[in-house]
Amino acid sequence: MATAVIETLDPKSRAASRGMSDIAIRNLFIIPTIAFLIIFNIFPLLYSLGYSFTDFRASTNAPANFVGLQNYRELLNDPFIWTNFSITAKYVIVSVTGQVVVGFGVALLLNRDIPFKGLITTLLLLPMMLSMAVVGLFWKLLYDPSFGIINHVLGLGTFEWLSNADMALYAVAITDIWMWSPFVMLLSLAGLSAVPKHLYEAAAIDRAGSLYTFFRITLPLVAPILMIAIIFRTMEAFKTFDLAYILTSQPTTEVISIRLYKMAFQEWQTGRSSALAYIVLIMILAITNIYVKYLNKVKER
Amino acid sequence: MAAVKTGAEVAGNRIAIVAVLIITLIFLAPIYWIIATSFKPRNLSTTIPPTIVFTPEISPFVKLFTKRSQLREQPTQEQLDAAPWWERIVLEGGEKVVRDGKGNVQWSAYPNRFMNSLIVAITSTVLAVGMGTITAYGFSRFKVKGEADLLFFILSTRMLPPVVVAIPMFLMYRAVGLNDTHWGLILLYTAFNLSFAVWLMKGFIDEIPKEYEEAALVDGYTRMQAFFKIVIPEAATGIAATAVFCFITAWNEYAFALIMTNRRAQTAPPFIPSQVGSGLPDWTVIAAGTFLFLLPVAIFTFLLRNHLLRGMSFGAIRK
Repeated sequence: MATAVIETLDPKSRAASRGMSDIAIRNLFIIPTIAFLIIFNIFPLLYSLGYSFTDFRASTNAPANFVGLQNYRELLNDPFIWTNFSITAKYVIVSVTGQVVVGFGVALLLNRDIPFKGLITTLLLLPMMLSMAVVGLFWKLLYDPSFGIINHVLGLGTFEWLSNADMALYAVAITDIWMWSPFVMLLSLAGLSAVPKHLYEAAAIDRAGSLYTFFRITLPLVAPILMIAIIFRTMEAFKTFDLAYILTSQPTTEVISIRLYKMAFQEWQTGRSSALAYIVLIMILAITNIYVKYLNKVKER
Repeated sequence: MAAVKTGAEVAGNRIAIVAVLIITLIFLAPIYWIIATSFKPRNLSTTIPPTIVFTPEISPFVKLFTKRSQLREQPTQEQLDAAPWWERIVLEGGEKVVRDGKGNVQWSAYPNRFMNSLIVAITSTVLAVGMGTITAYGFSRFKVKGEADLLFFILSTRMLPPVVVAIPMFLMYRAVGLNDTHWGLILLYTAFNLSFAVWLMKGFIDEIPKEYEEAALVDGYTRMQAFFKIVIPEAATGIAATAVFCFITAWNEYAFALIMTNRRAQTAPPFIPSQVGSGLPDWTVIAAGTFLFLLPVAIFTFLLRNHLLRGMSFGAIRK
């Protein structure tokens, strides 16, 4: 990687004759960052790659024994891990779908002349800027079966949200939808405002129905930006930890990050959790790859 | 849109406006509830049905900052008269503020955790934005071999799940004694924000015309002088926006802080939930702590409102 950085640059450039050469400046500006990220992200991952082939436990002083692929084999054959993955998948689907429906819906409503539009938009964006852990905690009070405001307003009596095994995951997803619909809304608004007005005018002249206009003009033009929002939120929902960890301790809300956390820092199965971390990592990198492709595609427009 | 609006369109608009207002109220309700609870007397915080109208008081904030102990009996009039106004509120609630031998008020852990959050968030922001800006300039202005791959590598480090990185980092930090230290968290947050800062700043610097620096170079500036005297001032808004984003991310971060700190360097996000242990938590104090913790972010969100889109899309979408 280092050789990739230290390579040619236009030697005829003007500043090459004065002060530091452009090549020296470029290297000085770029290499420390790359090095820093390698030390803090790549090196640790190599470190844990090594541990993933051992039975190491960080809570004991016992030396690590090399066990080959045993951790990976056992994890992939462990039905409980697959339960964690399917809980995560369910969470991703519920939460991202909710965010897209609410976020895009509100963006459609906002995409017109509305008094105090700027202020309203900013207020709507507030939830996503706040700490998931700290605000999430407060939702415990909102969801409380007896003195929670949610049951009171919805007239649900003493409906159990978080201590109900079937409902808890949805409760976490609802909070997540509250926090992150604004993100989808923000991106959708940008997409909507970029749709050329003359297309709508042309559709109006042709007496196109509003549904036709929506599916043939609005949606296709907003789709690329909406895709960015969906991929990004999918990735974040897949990694989710804070909200589910803070709100409940139901087995039905044990998403993969929580399983990983417990395996690593409560059960201290360092070797095995490193292997699981790698399995998760590969999935994340696959989504990241798609995400960056889309980012660059939208950038080029 | 047609210049003359039809009746249906006007009606549609009105319905949309009403819907937007209702949705806004629903979205703000949880935040309102936090603020309201932080000004409630404790006995009104968990009533059935929930108390919506009440006389606000600031006792939760006094309790948030002090250590208290339960009074066995009602406070006497003399005790009440002798106490400063803020202590009187606590006494009337049946508790007394704990003081040491010299009569100094004992602080709760909250101000300490709040300070930790400030130290960690500010320092990591300065480091990430500083390094991010120069790296972004490097990528923006010079030919870098494998630029797309390097930028992908930089962004991908941001996408790593904290728990995945935390497993090896915990072991490495334990080996070098960085667990539960400010620097341990600062370095982690710097790494996390650095990739973001590079991507966002690259977008801002790409927008500054190259001709500005070239003119300066013709005038005899070195490349370094041109960078500091031309590019940095031109990029000031971008730098400020990036810094606010980095600050908010570090300020809000939970998973690393939970794993890497427990007392000395613990920040507010893992501390605030830890108050809800077994038994009945005092939600008014938690709400007060939450309110003060959220306040800086709320203010920053307003300052940042025109840059939110850009920041949230890693600089890919500009208005």
